[in-house]
Amino acid sequence: MNGLLGKEYIGISKVAGPLLFIENISGVGFDEIVEIRTQNRPVRHGRVLMVSRSSALIEVFEGTGGLTIHATHVRFLGRPLQIPVSLDMLGRQFNGLGMPIDGGPLPIYREKRDINGAPINPIVREYPEDFIQTGISSIDCMNTLVRGQKLPIFSGSGLPHNELAAQIVRQAQVSNQNKNFAIVFAAMGIKNDVAYMFRQSFEESGVFSRVVMFLNLADDPSIERLVTPRAALTMAEYLAFDQGMHVLVILTDMTNYCEALREVSSSKGEIPSRKGYPGYLYSDLASIYERAGKIKGCGGSITQIPILTMPNDDITHPIPDLTGFITEGQIVLDRGLVKKGIYPPINVLPCLSRLMNDGIGANKTREDHAHISNQLYAAYSYVKKVATLASIIGENELSERDKKYLQFGKVFEKHFICQDYNENRSIEETLNLAWKIAAILPREELIRVTEKQIEHYYPKIEEKNSLCPID
Amino acid sequence: MLKEIGIVDKVNGPVVNAVKVHSVEMMELVEIGDEHLIGEIIELNEDRATIQVYESTTGLKPGSSIRGTGAPLSVELGPGLIGNIYDGIQRPLRQLFEHTGNFITKGIKLFPLNEEKLWHFIPQVRKGDYVSPGSIIGNVSETPLFEHRILMPPQIEGEIESIQKEAEYTVKEPIARVKTPMGIREITMAQHWPVRYARPFLRRLIPDEPLITGQRVIDTFFPMAKGGTAAIPGGFGTGKTITQHQLSKWCDADIIVYIGCGERGNEMTGVLMDFPKLMDIKRGRPLMERTILIANTSDMPLSAREASIYTGITIAEYYRDMGYDVALMADSTSRWAEALREISGRLEEMPVEEGFPAYLASRLAKFYERAGRVHTLCEKTGSVSAICAVSPPGGDFSEPVTQHTKRFVRCFWGLNKELASARYFPAIHYMDSYSEYLGLVQNWWAEKIDSEWKVVRDEAMEVLREDFKLQRIIKLIGEDALPDNQRLVLAEAELLKNAFLQQNAFDSVDMYSVPQKQFLMLKVIIYFYYRSKYIIKDNIPLCRILQLPVLNEINRMKEKISNTECEQFEHLLKAIDIQMNELQKESMVIL
Repeated sequence: MNGLLGKEYIGISKVAGPLLFIENISGVGFDEIVEIRTQNRPVRHGRVLMVSRSSALIEVFEGTGGLTIHATHVRFLGRPLQIPVSLDMLGRQFNGLGMPIDGGPLPIYREKRDINGAPINPIVREYPEDFIQTGISSIDCMNTLVRGQKLPIFSGSGLPHNELAAQIVRQAQVSNQNKNFAIVFAAMGIKNDVAYMFRQSFEESGVFSRVVMFLNLADDPSIERLVTPRAALTMAEYLAFDQGMHVLVILTDMTNYCEALREVSSSKGEIPSRKGYPGYLYSDLASIYERAGKIKGCGGSITQIPILTMPNDDITHPIPDLTGFITEGQIVLDRGLVKKGIYPPINVLPCLSRLMNDGIGANKTREDHAHISNQLYAAYSYVKKVATLASIIGENELSERDKKYLQFGKVFEKHFICQDYNENRSIEETLNLAWKIAAILPREELIRVTEKQIEHYYPKIEEKNSLCPID
Repeated sequence: MLKEIGIVDKVNGPVVNAVKVHSVEMMELVEIGDEHLIGEIIELNEDRATIQVYESTTGLKPGSSIRGTGAPLSVELGPGLIGNIYDGIQRPLRQLFEHTGNFITKGIKLFPLNEEKLWHFIPQVRKGDYVSPGSIIGNVSETPLFEHRILMPPQIEGEIESIQKEAEYTVKEPIARVKTPMGIREITMAQHWPVRYARPFLRRLIPDEPLITGQRVIDTFFPMAKGGTAAIPGGFGTGKTITQHQLSKWCDADIIVYIGCGERGNEMTGVLMDFPKLMDIKRGRPLMERTILIANTSDMPLSAREASIYTGITIAEYYRDMGYDVALMADSTSRWAEALREISGRLEEMPVEEGFPAYLASRLAKFYERAGRVHTLCEKTGSVSAICAVSPPGGDFSEPVTQHTKRFVRCFWGLNKELASARYFPAIHYMDSYSEYLGLVQNWWAEKIDSEWKVVRDEAMEVLREDFKLQRIIKLIGEDALPDNQRLVLAEAELLKNAFLQQNAFDSVDMYSVPQKQFLMLKVIIYFYYRSKYIIKDNIPLCRILQLPVLNEINRMKEKISNTECEQFEHLLKAIDIQMNELQKESMVIL
């Protein structure tokens, strides 16, 4: 289609890892996209990483296997990487570079957009404050998701982060009154069956026609992953800010993206910072995560749920760490809870939703929401302290107060955090349950809620007993 | 037309190498290519130069021309800065929106101040007066209650030849003519200043006046001084941004410069949404009327992030020079350091710790030294207080940026992950934090609030210290194994933490406490401790004391007693007396 555009050169000087070096060229721009052809092989794509007056360094997305020094054709297209955007793309599947892979034709489009996007002017952003009900108590009550937020799931290998993401997508859409929504799904280096699981889940809940999938699976070229989230977000921006839709973007798994970035960085011989990741990992991640939010007058919104697996479950590893500095909170999954048989295994203590305070309260959820949530946090963190003590001196040696707290902790995990994969709790149910469980503690212990709220919401004795027979 | 000074040889992200370079100065601002990208010369080597570009270089081609502007990176200073929002190199974002729409594109140059707005100028000098740099020549009401003093620009000194009379002028119209040895110079209300140089003043003063922030843990335990420097380090989610927002809302400075340096776009939006609605306690006007925002969010170009904190502090110094107290918030200096690291990496400089360049410490020092309380050129007292967030990777305070920052700040508010995850805010840890201004500001508290302030504060600190020690023992043997007098310390520390240190930024009463209230609250808590200590000696069990109804009242006083009802604390003190006396009497009867 664009075969006649740009300048073509034959022969390159050097190939190393995913990088290609070419000399004796002119008029090439930084960040420009290139097409690479060799005999009997499909066209590959690459991007200019560094350019001088006579040479350029190119990263090749599909890998450099099979390239030769003399017979490689390199065509500079004179523009940065673009993907087509149109409503026709809903319900379709694309590869990491935005090419259809579902057997269908190229979508009809009016325009193509630069996948790098441009920074949103902070003055046109609209502050996100619309509550999204996910039907999951530990998110709705404790770490409320808000439309236009970027809230990652920090997970580990083997934890049910994909199920959780699928449940959020399913349940958040069910309660979506306004049917004007879309889902953009970007897979980076995940396994085929995980992608299939998501697809199935979208089909089961009848939303597949509103999903755009960008798939770079585990066996696809790893450098292509650097483009996948950007292509997906370009699509999401079109849907949200041009078409006024509420778009939920799932990016999984960001860890694979960062690994690909590290691979390119080390082939370029850059000075590494922590754990070999490049010093610009923060800025690079920010250029992805910051493409979420709402813009005044555009009607739509982009809500991002990136998923990342923490190497060795270490939250201080550069990937989760830098992500946490950019995103508006995090949902942390915990192996210990999985072992206790709790789904979703959300460890609420390190979790956070920064936009929560603006998305809850009277008229949005309920007037006592912030207080009761704080109360549960304070109590549960004390439970952890008591539990450590109990493991040293034995549960029987604890004071009466501490025993009450331990009981509270158990009920909280078993009946509040834990819920079924298909269980969709309304916010009202969640908050009432929160009060019921908080009531295991004596009234005087509840100092994060107001006296008025205690009058109003603290369950009566008979209600209280209905929960206590557990344990 | 700008003159060509060289051509692009190589493009490597935000770093551009130039050849055939001539007649250009180090640190000069240049324009590159057809898109007019803005950059700064950071290295000169014979006819080669290295340029740091403040905008995305996507599409830039080697061979493009580079044009010099003849001046270093500067900011435009004058009326109209307040209430505005700028990017890292002082481009006004509101006007940028009118030009480029929702997204920020490249190569736009805009004058930072409103050129058409008329300001009501009131002259303060007369023909024949002798003026020097920094002298006040007139006033303008920049906001309804803020008087912007028009200063003589730097390097111009002489006799006023003529001065305009009181009327409306724009920032570009001349308002005075000054006869200098080099001829007549026209003065306008706007002036510029290169951001990388500190603005001059007469001499430094000791920072002995506290910057009242209304945040109890800060004002009472780790006070900040006007003209001081403070760092707020903390991992993600520990509340750096909320703390900075709280300080910019409630601290008693005249002007706030808030720099969002490589942070989230939504946070700037939050400020833009909240500040026009909130009222400044001192003046009763919207907070936006004392705030200047510099937004270089994390998705904006990286090298402009490096420039943003200099842009911010130069604006802060300008208002200081008029004789105002300015508080500068930078969130976060770690992002600034990272920008420095990336550019250094691209220049292939030898890295030291964690890839940071060796000059990280000296750059930090230079920045923090621009804060201070000074006697200005116009013989007034002004100050710039710098309060900077630091984002250590993994919340580990031993990393280079936190460590170097610690050397140059005198106030350290360490945020703690454990406190934050228990939703204990502000999560400023009472053991990790310190303030070197404590000794300097204690006279102010003694004179203005109460002579007992220091005693009460130290006693409270002692309780916290004792509690910290005991907590380690409890971890091993449990609380029940301790004697009652030690358990009282624990209970008192608990009370201090719940009733005093924790402060709810979202509660309309609790979000701000006046110094008087802070002192009285602490006094009530300490008084309760003294009385308990005393009666516990009479073998009254601690559990009885902890059941006193007054305890619940103390726990809730922060939300119940507003800033204007400080006399209610007297009732609390009395209630403690009455209930303790009764308890004592009761136990006498039993005995």
